[in-house]
Amino acid sequence: MAEPQRARPKPTPETQHFWDGTKVGELRLQRCDACAHVYFPPRPFCPSCASRKVSVFKASGKGFLYSYVINHRPAAPGFTPPYAIAVVELAEGPRMMSNIIDCPQTPEALELDMKLEVAFQTLDDAITLPVFRPAKG
Amino acid sequence: MRRNQVAVVGAAETTELGVIPDMSQLQLHADAALNAIADAGLKLSDIDGFATAVETPQQVCHYLGIKPTWVDGTSVGGCSFMLHVRHAAAAIEAGLCKTVLITHAESGKSMIGKQPRFTAPDSLNGQFESPYGVYGPPSMFPIPVLRFMKTYGITHEQLAAVAVVQREWAAKNPRAMMKEPITVADVLNSRMIAYPFRLLQCCLVTDGGGALILTSADRAGDFPRKPIYIMGTGESVETPMVSQMETFNSSRAFKVAGSLAFKEAGIAHEDVDHLMIYDAFAHLPLFGLGDLGFMPYEETGSFIADGNTRPGGKLPLNTNGGGLSYMHSGMYGMYALQESVRQMRGTAPAQVPNAKISVCHGVGGMFAASGTIVFTNER
Ligand SMILES: [Zn+2]
Repeated sequence: MAEPQRARPKPTPETQHFWDGTKVGELRLQRCDACAHVYFPPRPFCPSCASRKVSVFKASGKGFLYSYVINHRPAAPGFTPPYAIAVVELAEGPRMMSNIIDCPQTPEALELDMKLEVAFQTLDDAITLPVFRPAKG
Repeated sequence: MRRNQVAVVGAAETTELGVIPDMSQLQLHADAALNAIADAGLKLSDIDGFATAVETPQQVCHYLGIKPTWVDGTSVGGCSFMLHVRHAAAAIEAGLCKTVLITHAESGKSMIGKQPRFTAPDSLNGQFESPYGVYGPPSMFPIPVLRFMKTYGITHEQLAAVAVVQREWAAKNPRAMMKEPITVADVLNSRMIAYPFRLLQCCLVTDGGGALILTSADRAGDFPRKPIYIMGTGESVETPMVSQMETFNSSRAFKVAGSLAFKEAGIAHEDVDHLMIYDAFAHLPLFGLGDLGFMPYEETGSFIADGNTRPGGKLPLNTNGGGLSYMHSGMYGMYALQESVRQMRGTAPAQVPNAKISVCHGVGGMFAASGTIVFTNER
């Protein structure tokens, strides 16, 4: 019997560029051409000034650990507890939910404000998820 | 809205609270509604305005046999009922209807006649939160708390004290689910759910419901119960994605709703005799005390741990035992409103002596939405 699968994102026309980016190892954000606001999640207008002139760019992939919980039970399908559900603040400003890999899932190891860098986890042909790991150096 | 122009003239919870395996969610709505209508000394045919959440107004109106001229199905999570009170007061003042019934019910434990919750994989939550292993409120709602604690120097012991103090109130309430006294050590040794939150810092999961009846203050004197006036109200929303809050150091929706309600009521914090802050999890009273402006965020943890919100304390908070110890069917806002009304009527099991102003603050959909109501028993 197949293991229950981790929840798979289903891209929409407005988010397709983001998921196309993760497949080729890029974390893509959007920046408003009118007011320079950088935002996430994707949408074809600026949530700060409503301009429809926005650009997609490749983010640095750098950030820090803003907050998290360590889920002990019950686990979402595809997860084995305990695992951290984290929110990362990106160097460009926006925050995103993620998981922290290559790190013990403990309060001692998961230090708030620790520097993180993006990594990519391929789920299937359609979806690669951005996750984060402690930054090297 | 003008203050004290609309009053609560009927208020009741379901006949039973807790585990109710012999009633569907829809029947729980009806049970609460019929109890509130009896409390107000009305007939169903007197109701011309209706509001509810999750279940549609048409579903509950048809089931009860109500023929409304004003309906509201605002459904923003557990504080929907605070928003209903605000909207109903405005509708009554505008002359759209005279007598509004607001119902809530949830078969949260027995899951009878309840639609399953589902996050679509092409929604923003489905794309950008669900894939990271969130699994219901316990793994999402507490996500901001570690940042909040670090920013303001709140300790794990202070966070645990929220549950301890509320259990003291629950011990005085025969209808509370959990009445055994607990200590900070008990909380910190209880089963880990989602670090830093342990079992005793998370709300109960129960079945139940409640209903309110509102009418204009000018008519309210004709009812059998002491009218409880709507003094001020506020509401707002922020984001359905907890990761996208402006900051984890406060809730924007709390701040907007709370300041509107205080301003409309024309009250200062010292005027508040009784306070309810929707406590689905133990961090919410800390956010609430700070976001509503009662004190600097840095002081919220010690304020509760030092006993200021316990029975006999200077700011009685969550006097029914709260969502942590009283009951929590999934959408707790109605039960917080019921306790504010009981306190203002002078009929609460753990009655605050001579309380004249009660602030009832709600949250919905994690930190997605908020509603605040200020009640008073003096016109
Ligand atoms: Zn802009």
